[in-house]
Amino acid sequence: MSKPLLQVRGLTKRYGDRLACADVSFDLVPGEVLAIVGESGSGKSTLLSLIATELAPDSGTVSYRMRDGALRDLGTLSEAGRRALMRTEWGFVRQDATKGLRMAVSAGGNVGERLMGLGERHYGRIRAQAIDWLGRVEIDAGRVDDPPSQFSGGMRQRLQIARNLVTGPRLVLMDEPTSGLDVSVQARLLDLIRRLSAELGLAVIIVTHDLAVARLLSHRIAVMRAGRVIETGLTDRVLDDPEHAYTQLLVSSVLAA
Amino acid sequence: MSATHTFPSPRARGEGRGDLVVDAASPQGEGEGARPNETPPSPPPYPRLPPRFADDEVGETLSPQAGRGDAERTFAQQSGYNFAYLDEGTKRMIRRAILKGIAVPGYQVPFASREMPMPYGWGTGGVQVTAAILGRSDVLKVIDQGADDTTNAVSIRRFFARTSGVATTTRTAEATVIQTRHRIPETPLTEGQTLVYQVPIPEPLRYLEPRETETRQLHALAEYGAMHVKLYEDISRHGHIATTYAYPVEVAGRYVMDPSPTPKFDNPKMDDCPALQLFGAGRERRIYAVPPYTRVRSLDFEDHPFRVQEFTHPCALCGAEGVYLDEVLLDDAGRRMFVCSDTDHCEGRRADGHVGTGDAI
Repeated sequence: MSKPLLQVRGLTKRYGDRLACADVSFDLVPGEVLAIVGESGSGKSTLLSLIATELAPDSGTVSYRMRDGALRDLGTLSEAGRRALMRTEWGFVRQDATKGLRMAVSAGGNVGERLMGLGERHYGRIRAQAIDWLGRVEIDAGRVDDPPSQFSGGMRQRLQIARNLVTGPRLVLMDEPTSGLDVSVQARLLDLIRRLSAELGLAVIIVTHDLAVARLLSHRIAVMRAGRVIETGLTDRVLDDPEHAYTQLLVSSVLAA
Repeated sequence: MSATHTFPSPRARGEGRGDLVVDAASPQGEGEGARPNETPPSPPPYPRLPPRFADDEVGETLSPQAGRGDAERTFAQQSGYNFAYLDEGTKRMIRRAILKGIAVPGYQVPFASREMPMPYGWGTGGVQVTAAILGRSDVLKVIDQGADDTTNAVSIRRFFARTSGVATTTRTAEATVIQTRHRIPETPLTEGQTLVYQVPIPEPLRYLEPRETETRQLHALAEYGAMHVKLYEDISRHGHIATTYAYPVEVAGRYVMDPSPTPKFDNPKMDDCPALQLFGAGRERRIYAVPPYTRVRSLDFEDHPFRVQEFTHPCALCGAEGVYLDEVLLDDAGRRMFVCSDTDHCEGRRADGHVGTGDAI
């Protein structure tokens, strides 16, 4: 197995007396898709925010293998370094597209923002890249100047993906990217995520409560309950042969997962 | 330090109101039209200045000695206010903010903006900066959209004439302090002059980021990618950068700054300017500065470089080219003419014999 891209050790976060995330540890290798599943309030989103360093953990570390091959504890990065990393190496596709996109800015501007943040100052090149990426997420190039407020839910999520992938990140975090979309749109989006992650060799951490999404996309699954990871393993193994009583309950409560 | 030590009070420096407390309580009252008991008995010993130094007849009647440079006597005797309206403690606080702003060019320094006797949006920030830097020997010019004779300019000029008694002028070359809303005078500024801008929205990133905590963070980290998103939007919508005023600039290679609603036509004048440029935003409580001879670069794209507006016609009154023009509607049929926005520049040229066509378009 190759060296881990991301190493999470003993992540713990409390909100007052409540334990939101308890002693979570895992490794993620390049190109691997990890699904974090569990019911609402099980700490999935908190865990994702901790990994994205949007929340500071009470204890534990998140380490990331930089381009130079060294594993760095993200807690020790400067704010500027942390932001630069988030903007180039990482992506974050949010459940609510209005939080991940600039709704008043055209689709092209949304996709181009990261490039401009990296110092690209050539309009023609920015626009060409934006159009290219819209094509790759199956948005018609003619919509490049329309703001996402005029887009459908599925298109917004695809635009979010394009916006995140334009700088060629190696790790993408996704928080319930398909929730609230109707089934056929979900299927297309999942198909797209699967294709892109395979093509680009992306490592993905996807948070979902939908076991079907996890089955379709992920190589590995971590099942969370009350802030703890209670079972982890290869997706097929966990879904077909759950060990923990709660996982058995979770799997059996879904029709034909 | 002995217990008897006292700090020099403003009064000790001759700036206090001392004996005029008595005057202020006189039956004649204060404010407009107030007359102290001891009116100057004889005509002033100084020569009358040319008429352009006085605002107009009304102003002269209301505040007979304003605008003549006879600051000391007039002011102390005639009004109940400290020199230039603000108290010395406030001025000191504002000066500290200004000094910090000069030390960190383009950085927005928070300051405890005061209520001023005019509404927000009328230049309360600029007025406070001017009040803090004004000295007795200064000569003040106030412009609004380039003009010396519009409401905002006239009222602010008269405000300072009355509360500080400093000399006022409309001539750019004679002024030491120029307070402006929107324009930088066409006459090149020189060393020793100070240009004070009235700023409504000091934050250039506000368009894309409504959170103040976040914009401060972005400034601190020099993360200005979002600034170009605005320009990108312009080009994608209009085919060119359509921002024509409040055009963002990078100061001294570091901070991105909003040059207030000045037309981008004036942006190049900010670059390497010999005069000190101060910016005051009263409602937003920010002061920032561009020291003399500082690099000020307008943001742009490689394939869409920064360009200023161009006018197809010269000024209809003075025939000037390469200056910023105002469009003046003449009648209901839509006839209009283009004239210099900088009234002083236009008058000066006409006095020198330049004549425009006077034609409507």
